[in-house]
Amino acid sequence: MINTSEIDNSIESAAQNIAHHDESDNRMFGFIIFLLSESVVFLGFFIGYYVYKTNAVDWLPAGVSGLEIREPAINTVILVSSSFVIYIAERCLRQQNLWGFRFFWLLTMLMGSYFLYGQIIEWQGLKFGFTSGLFGGTFYLLTGFHGLHVLTGVLLQSLMLIRSFIPGNYDKGEFGVEATSLFWHFVDVIWIILFLLLYVWQ
Amino acid sequence: MTNISIPEIDIDTNRSHEPEDWRRFFGFSTDHKVIGIQYIVTAFFFFLVGGVFAMIIRGELLTPESDLVDRTVYNAMFTMHGTVMLFLWTFPVLAGLANYLVPLMIGARDMAFPRLNAIAFWMIPIFGIVLIGSFLVPGGPAQSGWWSYPPVSLQNPSGNLINGQFLWLLAIVLSGISSILGAINIVTTIFRMRAPGMTWFRMPVFVWAVLSAQIIQLFGLPALTAGAVLLLCDLVAGTSFYDPAKGGDPVLFQHFFWFYSHPAVYVIILPVFGIFSELFPVYARKPLFGYKVVAVSSLIITGLSAVVWVHHMFASGTPGWMRMLFMFTTMLISVPTGIKVFAWVGTIWGGKLRLDTPMLFAMGGLVMFVFSGITGIMLAAVPVDIHVNNTYFVVGHFHYVIYGATVMGIYAALYHWFPKMTGRMYNEGLGKLHFALTFLGTNLNFFPMHPLGLQGMPRRVASYDPEFAFWNVIASLGGFLLGMSTLPFLVNIVGSWVQGKKVSANPWRAIGLEWLIASPPPHENFEELPIVVAEPYGYGMNEPLVSNADKL
Ligand code: HEM
Ligand SMILES: [Cu+2]
Repeated sequence: MINTSEIDNSIESAAQNIAHHDESDNRMFGFIIFLLSESVVFLGFFIGYYVYKTNAVDWLPAGVSGLEIREPAINTVILVSSSFVIYIAERCLRQQNLWGFRFFWLLTMLMGSYFLYGQIIEWQGLKFGFTSGLFGGTFYLLTGFHGLHVLTGVLLQSLMLIRSFIPGNYDKGEFGVEATSLFWHFVDVIWIILFLLLYVWQ
Repeated sequence: MTNISIPEIDIDTNRSHEPEDWRRFFGFSTDHKVIGIQYIVTAFFFFLVGGVFAMIIRGELLTPESDLVDRTVYNAMFTMHGTVMLFLWTFPVLAGLANYLVPLMIGARDMAFPRLNAIAFWMIPIFGIVLIGSFLVPGGPAQSGWWSYPPVSLQNPSGNLINGQFLWLLAIVLSGISSILGAINIVTTIFRMRAPGMTWFRMPVFVWAVLSAQIIQLFGLPALTAGAVLLLCDLVAGTSFYDPAKGGDPVLFQHFFWFYSHPAVYVIILPVFGIFSELFPVYARKPLFGYKVVAVSSLIITGLSAVVWVHHMFASGTPGWMRMLFMFTTMLISVPTGIKVFAWVGTIWGGKLRLDTPMLFAMGGLVMFVFSGITGIMLAAVPVDIHVNNTYFVVGHFHYVIYGATVMGIYAALYHWFPKMTGRMYNEGLGKLHFALTFLGTNLNFFPMHPLGLQGMPRRVASYDPEFAFWNVIASLGGFLLGMSTLPFLVNIVGSWVQGKKVSANPWRAIGLEWLIASPPPHENFEELPIVVAEPYGYGMNEPLVSNADKL
């Protein structure tokens, strides 16, 4: 916003501070708008799921009596707790405790990866596929689309972890970390709704 | 940079060192003014492409028999015509105007995210190529109309994975991503980059309208994307979401589609309302009548636009209560719309009218809008709609809005801000000729569609009963006239850009931040951020708009 060519040094850094601060605020604002918009895609899928489930003639594919809930429930607990862990990581960063940040951040990543692993194991054990009627279609669509978001989250997290090793990089707080963490909470909330719709409401 | 003025640290004198030559228009510039013009020029190219398709459609309809092109080609023509005109002309050209004008009007140096801005723009030629490229795949482009309703859109006669419908869906998803990125940028800019003193109720109505329109993109496009992803799965992976033969529900797609595509018509018309609201005060030399009401009614329209979509589905087996409900909400939306029309008439009324080209286009657009609003209300009435649904009456209705009001409004804006964008004046005579041809052509082309629809001529047919020939011939002649009408515009714009008369900062004596700085504005727009002290449209009031006009 502010051009910083050869101007007096102190003035320049003052201007930079304001510009930097302002810009990261803008980015957070924009990112929140993005997440709101993104949530409408999920909302659309949820409504589609609801309509299909309440109207379909043959809902469950032949030979399928419902979904196993135990493993997914464990998975859910892990994903939901990772939201608290990432919060601790963020707090560490705010207190300039870089190693604490890295520890809890990595823990979040591991929990997210475990969730993805559990998801794949679940898929492999199922007797129906993506094209098995409306049930199969919506199930794989919802879990797959959500899983893609978890994967994105983990990738973003590894990027932020790597960037924490650049000296001084996170001294003034970091938009990328905050945004990743917000994204993670978002993915988490979506999963809770999804879990209720798919597994609890059978 | 809301509400903070930092003049001490703003001693940045070597701005505008960027090369001011024409080459920047062909590169990855992050200047919102360059991107705005890139949007507009690219969109106009696609306007011409879509126009060629329209000429072929009207050529086919000149005679009752299907004799000009093959029927499958005809299907592809109306599908591509609608898709190109909406997604590659109307949305991008309006995004371009918003890009160019919003930062200037709110006193910002650029958009909130300049690089994102450039990325959103460059996606347009990319998905344009994807869409037009579908002419080259076996089986040709999509043929299921711009709605792409299943089960028609699920047929894949060629059996190829990469078929016209697939590329169509891909292009729509890319277009959606580009529009969402653009919307995030514009909304953030309006919320957070206003100059000191630029409070909400000092913002020009165009900014209000753009904000309202972009909010629609943010909640509507994701819904369309969700629906399109399901369609893509059906088409590519063999799922059964929309396939009635396998238990799917094709009407659900219609809900997804119209939940976005009805609000999308307001994405189109709201900025045009904004343009009307900017132009009438300038050329009538009067303040905008009821400024605050006009500003807020844009937001009200945004809210209502989300709850009317089923009026496109009255004939889709919709239950009675739903028909009644959506008939009511649709009629409700004409209230804020009507308020705006009154405000514009009130602005023009008793003013000292200056009938330059922009004003002619704006007034012509207003007249056409009122006409289409009336046919819109007729369509909102279930008994009428059941009768004329899927006939040419609907086609007439929306072409009056989209050509009559929207394209005319866009022309008005392009003429009005041409001197600001280029620093040169267009040729008034050619402009007036352009207006006359456009106004005549639009009415000749689209008025006959109303009687045709009432007589029962269905839309999207390559051949028709000879009893419909009379009105169709007139419509086709009007269509060809409309095709010709772009020539004086092109000659005028290209010629004037190269060697038009140079203009001052404010050739129209208009009030607004963009008119306080040079034409064309320098890189980063303002030397010092303006400090706004008054409402817009202070015509005849002799009060300053900003307190630091000499330092901009
Ligand atoms: C007073 C305001 C309006 C009302 C009450 C209204 C009402 C309607 C109704 C009920 C239909 C459905 C007809 C049918 O398919 O049977 C319709 C179609 C349409 N309207 Fe409007 N409309 C209004 C304004 C607009 C505006 C401002 C635009 C665009 C800028 C617009 C664009 C369209 C389009 C594109 C279609 C047809 C889409 C298609 O079937 O392909 N309308 N309108
Ligand atoms: Cu509508």
